Amino acid sequence: MSRTMPPAGAAVLEQNRAGAGERFLRGLATPGGAVFLLLVALLAAIIVANPSFGEPESLIRFIGRTAPIAIAAIGQYFVIVAGEFDLSMGSVVTMQVIVAGNLIGDDDAKVLPVLLLMLVLGALIGLINGLVTTLLKVPSFIVTLGMMLALFGLVMFWTGGAAQGNPADSFRQIGRGGIQDVPVFGVIPYPVIILAVAAALGFWLMRRPYGRTLIAAGDNSAAAALTGARVWWVRTRAFMLSSLAATVSGILLVGYAGVHPSVGRGYEFTAITAVVLGGVVLGGGRGWLLSAAAGAFALESLFTLLNFLGVESTWRDTVQGVIIIVAVAAAARSWQRRRRGSALPARAEQHRITATSAKPAEGTEQGGNGY
Amino acid sequence: MRTKGIRTAVTLAAASSLLALTACTTDPSVTEDTGTASEGASPGATEQTEWFDQALYDEQNEQRTATFEGSPDEPWLQYIAGDMTDTSKFASEGGHKVCFANASISNPWRQTGWITMNEQLKVLQDEGVVSEMETRDAKDNDNTQIADIDYFINEGNCDAFIISPNSTAALTPAVERACETGKPVVVFDRGVETDCATTFIHPIGGFAWGIDSANFLTERLQEGDKVVALRILPGVDVLEQRWAAAEKIFAEKGIEATDYFTNADPTEIKKIISDELATGDVQGVWMDAGDGAVAAIEAFEDAGKDLPVMTGEDELSFLRKWKETGIDALAPVYSNFQWRTPLLAVQKIFAGEEVPAEWVLPQQPIPAEELDDWLERNDGMPDGHYAKFGGEDLPGYPDVWQQRQMP
Amino acid sequence: MNSTRKAGGFFARLSSTRIVYLVALLTLIVGAVLVATTGRNFFSPGNISSILTGTSVLGFIAIGQTLVILVGSLDLSVPYVASLTSLIAAGVMANSSANILPGVLLALGAAAVIGLANGLIVAGLKVHGFIATLGMGLIISGYLATNFKGSFGQAPFAFRLVGATGLGPVPISTLIMLGCAVLAMLLLHRTRTGHHIYAVGGDLNVARMSGIRVQTPIITAHVLCSLLAGMAGLLLASRLGVGSPTVGSQGGYDLLSIAAVVLGGTLLSGGKGTITGTLGGVLIFAMLDNIMSVMQVNPFLKDVVRGVVIVVAVAVYARRSIVKRQPRFGHGQPEEPARKQEVAA
Repeated sequence: MSRTMPPAGAAVLEQNRAGAGERFLRGLATPGGAVFLLLVALLAAIIVANPSFGEPESLIRFIGRTAPIAIAAIGQYFVIVAGEFDLSMGSVVTMQVIVAGNLIGDDDAKVLPVLLLMLVLGALIGLINGLVTTLLKVPSFIVTLGMMLALFGLVMFWTGGAAQGNPADSFRQIGRGGIQDVPVFGVIPYPVIILAVAAALGFWLMRRPYGRTLIAAGDNSAAAALTGARVWWVRTRAFMLSSLAATVSGILLVGYAGVHPSVGRGYEFTAITAVVLGGVVLGGGRGWLLSAAAGAFALESLFTLLNFLGVESTWRDTVQGVIIIVAVAAAARSWQRRRRGSALPARAEQHRITATSAKPAEGTEQGGNGY
Repeated sequence: MRTKGIRTAVTLAAASSLLALTACTTDPSVTEDTGTASEGASPGATEQTEWFDQALYDEQNEQRTATFEGSPDEPWLQYIAGDMTDTSKFASEGGHKVCFANASISNPWRQTGWITMNEQLKVLQDEGVVSEMETRDAKDNDNTQIADIDYFINEGNCDAFIISPNSTAALTPAVERACETGKPVVVFDRGVETDCATTFIHPIGGFAWGIDSANFLTERLQEGDKVVALRILPGVDVLEQRWAAAEKIFAEKGIEATDYFTNADPTEIKKIISDELATGDVQGVWMDAGDGAVAAIEAFEDAGKDLPVMTGEDELSFLRKWKETGIDALAPVYSNFQWRTPLLAVQKIFAGEEVPAEWVLPQQPIPAEELDDWLERNDGMPDGHYAKFGGEDLPGYPDVWQQRQMP
Repeated sequence: MNSTRKAGGFFARLSSTRIVYLVALLTLIVGAVLVATTGRNFFSPGNISSILTGTSVLGFIAIGQTLVILVGSLDLSVPYVASLTSLIAAGVMANSSANILPGVLLALGAAAVIGLANGLIVAGLKVHGFIATLGMGLIISGYLATNFKGSFGQAPFAFRLVGATGLGPVPISTLIMLGCAVLAMLLLHRTRTGHHIYAVGGDLNVARMSGIRVQTPIITAHVLCSLLAGMAGLLLASRLGVGSPTVGSQGGYDLLSIAAVVLGGTLLSGGKGTITGTLGGVLIFAMLDNIMSVMQVNPFLKDVVRGVVIVVAVAVYARRSIVKRQPRFGHGQPEEPARKQEVAA
């Protein structure tokens, strides 16, 4: 797999020659960077609407409650950057929440075994999604749609709809508790720490050969295969990462919200929206992991702002719809400009392969291998 | 090769026209009359965007304190005295086939009722009253439920219909078609805009819920206090009426109330309450259904604020959290035991006994004094179970409800 | 043709449309047997009418969805368009036969405007169809939830007849849907726009370089898709007798229609597929639902079956496509006729 390194590595080196400040500003001008500006603007607006939100205690709590969707967005990022979709995410969250509620019960001794079981289940679902997509050549949109229906149906059939109840408090502490008596912040919720770890791991992974191959596979599957990468396995692991991220989200949500069959409903669309808001391009090959997480924060900030402004909750959908269309349209213009802008080769370098990508507006198919 | 697709279509069209020659059928019951009839029954049908209805509000307000006929030990058979339907023409021996067009079993309240209904069915099958019950589940879809009812009419060989309508206006014509078969039709839960059914079974209703819950809160709160109202979704009559009544009372008593739609998702509920607590104090929480109530209380706990005065529902997670925290609360009830009544009504109908034309079941909230009693009676049930499910004397009790067994 | 013969395997020799109808036939046989075990007749007029009624609404939407998928886009806003048109139609008609025409025209006009907006956002602003229509769906959904609390309007008797009348066991609505399907086929196979839809969906850049104005087919497909979703909304208004802000999302028509299109052998990435195949996909879903309802399958298990069927069926076509496309890399020549055949099949 290291054979895929040279071209991508060279691009990064080229980038690194610029000064840090210049790189920072350049980064902000990309769709993946602009989301951070959007986030800052939204947070500023929230603080204007409600100054107490700006206190460290409130901010850290906000980060904590956004952690589940941000982690889901990070998981979805792996799949989307590889040119795929994961629509089963919401059902995985629901399943994990109910598994925790029904299998742990009040028994603290069961916390660890069930936690392990949940992770295995998550990985297994991702493995199935991935293998059916890559080996059986079924478009991931359909595979994960089928998984979404089947998984939710099975869970509801198994439980008869009603969850037994919330699991032991020790388990719920993961999503509800935190480190007490921290200076400035008061409490640092565990979800904040888990999110930080997940983001760091993801960031590291994307800089590893695996991440580079994943982006290459999303950008041009055939080319990635020609470099000797086992594209099918790279992709399959992306699905496993996505399902595992959904599992972690589920674990946090059990603590944050409690067990209910409607926890996780619509999570797949929220996560995809967040990723896209983060400037990641549907169809694969372009976008940054941390921007996807920032997209989740921007989305949550938007909802919070609407709550604070007293906007009728039924209008929320409309605002969300307008925002994602505008954001993606702006991102599309920006990517386009970059491709045309040959005057600054260093800037275009990072997305050199992209420039030859045939179909900017597509990507519902898995990267084109085999079709 | 190129025209093959078109040829296929032409063949299809030709086949259809051949069929057309064989017979032209219009559903006989879709007649000019039904249109005007349904209009007459509900003059507001065209402009129904406001849910508040003063007459219905006053009626349900009185029914809250009305006397119910029948034994309080069997509340699912109690009713308020009124017009009765004569069913002597239906009197007949032997097992009858019942066809049940269900809106859905997509929430814990409906699931609990569905389990109860099936246990009641077993009893009636053992007694030889009902031979079988064929059920079609519309999965919350009006169009599917209309097709389900038409299927029953054409293919079901049904001796009686039980219909739990998915929505009021849309299902009215289909229920009328069922009525026109001349077989007994039992409608329960949400209503329709026709009185052609043999009996329409429902607890007092949404306005009574709203009055009970809003009165409880306003008695305990001061003018200017803030109440957050957590609602599931817009557009369902039984839910909209709950809020319509509560909103009116809050406005009259000078309580500031803000309402949100939550889809019963505890994640949403917790975020909403957290945001509200960040902007100011909240003294009361009003809910139009109890699931998710725990998340609302936990949001107060996590924010370190005083717990609110609250109304939830007789769902066990709320009752248990109420007990645990000792908050000042009330559990309004939308009587889940009504799921037993339709089959028992069918039994009465085939026995030729008269049944109330509108069978109003009791709907008694659970106050703090009764909390321990209801918790004890439902010990071992899952959190998503409803305290007033009324199935304690049925054969599968308690395992079937504990295990959530449903066909 | 040659290349397909050469490639081995049973499925490889079949066009995807034929596989769809083989699967449909299989469903029919299994269904007839299963239904017979309950003492019912699968082919009784009431049952056939029930199945065909089940195809109508989804059929309209799936035909439109086929067009946008062929051109390389998607439409997730269809359920909300259907709800909106049902409200406009029933609201304008207000139980008066004289208002039927204005009601229908206004409803379809609104649908076309939404489709135009979708098309412009996708083709002009270069927003992925998934996001453009997800966003449009959210915009409409917020509007509906804010302004309509429950059902609204009243369809007059004459209009309600459309949803309730049948020729024998065949509902009029199904015939109208088939009529729309024929029109869509004529568009795809007999007009320049139709050919451009395939070309743009096959490869946007190649299409652009061959001198096609790629915006036109994309916008056309989106407008037609919304119009067909509007037809579905009109049918729903006719069947319900009222407009409803939730009737579209109740059916889950967005994902279900995409599944039906793909089940019908159309490539989700665009450029390849047929309306006939889509109709087969819709029929399979309708029969599946009918059989499971007659068998009184647990409602939760129904979703499991649906999910598994979608994936397994598409896996069968996908395998076939791989085999079929292999010669493309070896010999350039047979590719062209093979492709034409797929287009026409």
